[in-house]
Amino acid sequence: MSAASNIPLEGAEPLAAAGPRTGTTEPRSPRRSSWGKLLRDKSAMAALAVILVYVVVALLAMSHLIARHYQEALGTAYVPPSRQFLLGTDLLGRSVLQRVVHGTRIALAVGFVSTGIAIPIGVLFGLLSGFYRKRVDGFIVWFYTTVDSIPYILLVLALALVMGKGLVAVCIALGITSWVGACRVVRGEVIKQKELEYVQAARAMGAGGGRILFRHILPNVMHLVLIQASLVFVDAVKSEVILSYLGVGVQGEPSWGVMIDDARIELIGRGAWWQFVSATTAMFVLLLAFNVFNDALRDALDPKFKTK
Amino acid sequence: MIAYVTRRLLHAIPVLLGISILVFMLFHVVGGNPVYRMLGKNADAEEIARMTHQLGLDRPVWAQYLHYLASLAHGDFGRSWETKQRISTMLAEGFWPSLSLAVPSFMIASVLAVLISMLAVLYRYRKADRILVVLSVLGMSLSILAFIIGAQFLLAYRYDLFPISGYENGFRGLPYLALPMLIWVANQLGGDVRYYRSVLLEEINREYVVTARARGLSKGQAMYRHVLPNALIPIITRLVMGIPLLFTGSLLLENFFGIPGLGNMSVNALNASDFPVIEAMTLFGSALYIAANIIGDVLYAVFDPRVKLS
Repeated sequence: MSAASNIPLEGAEPLAAAGPRTGTTEPRSPRRSSWGKLLRDKSAMAALAVILVYVVVALLAMSHLIARHYQEALGTAYVPPSRQFLLGTDLLGRSVLQRVVHGTRIALAVGFVSTGIAIPIGVLFGLLSGFYRKRVDGFIVWFYTTVDSIPYILLVLALALVMGKGLVAVCIALGITSWVGACRVVRGEVIKQKELEYVQAARAMGAGGGRILFRHILPNVMHLVLIQASLVFVDAVKSEVILSYLGVGVQGEPSWGVMIDDARIELIGRGAWWQFVSATTAMFVLLLAFNVFNDALRDALDPKFKTK
Repeated sequence: MIAYVTRRLLHAIPVLLGISILVFMLFHVVGGNPVYRMLGKNADAEEIARMTHQLGLDRPVWAQYLHYLASLAHGDFGRSWETKQRISTMLAEGFWPSLSLAVPSFMIASVLAVLISMLAVLYRYRKADRILVVLSVLGMSLSILAFIIGAQFLLAYRYDLFPISGYENGFRGLPYLALPMLIWVANQLGGDVRYYRSVLLEEINREYVVTARARGLSKGQAMYRHVLPNALIPIITRLVMGIPLLFTGSLLLENFFGIPGLGNMSVNALNASDFPVIEAMTLFGSALYIAANIIGDVLYAVFDPRVKLS
């Protein structure tokens, strides 16, 4: 195993991936070959394309270019899918298509914001815990064991309820409960990495703790962080829908969970299936794309993980 | 073994304390003063001060926490704001209906998932296996809400195969539990099959399997005698990790099917912003999960000779 290949060079890509380290002298860097593996994976690229379409739709909705009239009654109630309303109208005559688009915006916003809160916390705690050990480690391990011992859904519900129902509360609740996975994984990897030669070399050259952690070790655990981020995102989207359905989530706006709640009345009352099918399909396709992409990501970047 | 279990129990104490601190901070510091809510809009300042004093809310936070810890140790979770009932009674009442749905569903789903993934691995990389993998990824991606509403509408409402909702104690409750159980199993199966398949696949490629086959064992025998026992550790891990998900299942399914369990109780408390009930559920759920973790660790020691007891 050559330690030299693990030293991130100046100007190297920020998302460094320490691919499977073999003893042979490969002409290509393991980092580049694992990204290459991901790029050549057709189903992963198709999944990525689907995710990008969702992101574009969400961005367009966010800048009020599409689905501006999701709150207004545009037609009569319970219009089945037709040329005027592609996905029909709901019980108040609002366009289901516009509501699904708005729901996409909410789902992705919650996904990105809570991942953006959870991952930095998890990575920071994981780095500190794995690097300094002793008391710092003892405290952080106790803290994440504690958070992890509270069933996720109950903790999120309790947080969202106490902070006052709403989108912000949901994002914060999901963010500050979902960092445990990343923390655990990063901690484990840092404990391994800090014994490697490149860390000793950096230390011998006089680098301090912070520099070693963030300039040298962090790039080498980044691939695991990326996998964790993707998993947190999926969980956040799923949880947002359940929280909104339970009435703790987004208030007064159509999220997929709120739509599913409305659709329940429509189904039983009129047999109007289109809002239910639209909201669940929108969610299903996004989650499917993420599940497929996650598998490929882990196949390519995590040497320990095999699905095939 | 007894020493091992004792040590494992002792390890749980700091975690339990941590949970009580977190939950206390959440509901009693972040949550704000409950007196305003209890007395309503028309209370005057004197009344509020009296009530605050009565509840001990004018004492320092650490004193309040110690008092809180003492009442928890006595199994006292306080009273519901909404129904004024003792929460410990509510927990006791809801426990069995919840258990009668969650435990059989979880067990059936887990056993079924292991069996299906064994089949998938026996026929690995062939058509049957490919179909199972695709199906399980599709199942993983479908929200539990879609499973519930779709099945309740089609199977119970439209085609009248099951009662729409209700509950009865004992075996007479079985017709009511059948559909929620079916939904539970369908929802759990996707993720489980995918996980168990990859675990078994890793084991079956090891050299001891080749040796066993060379000694003349059939594929099925090698699977049953060698692969399965070796895969038991990750299977136990998955089972324990699945416990928190029981709560999501109970919460939604009990509410949809009118089963008077803890999940239903929690949803009602959420709608009424009944803080003490949610607080008690959080503590109770965590205690259950910690207990499950300890049982899991003991099972590791039972099934894996490599786990050291000392």
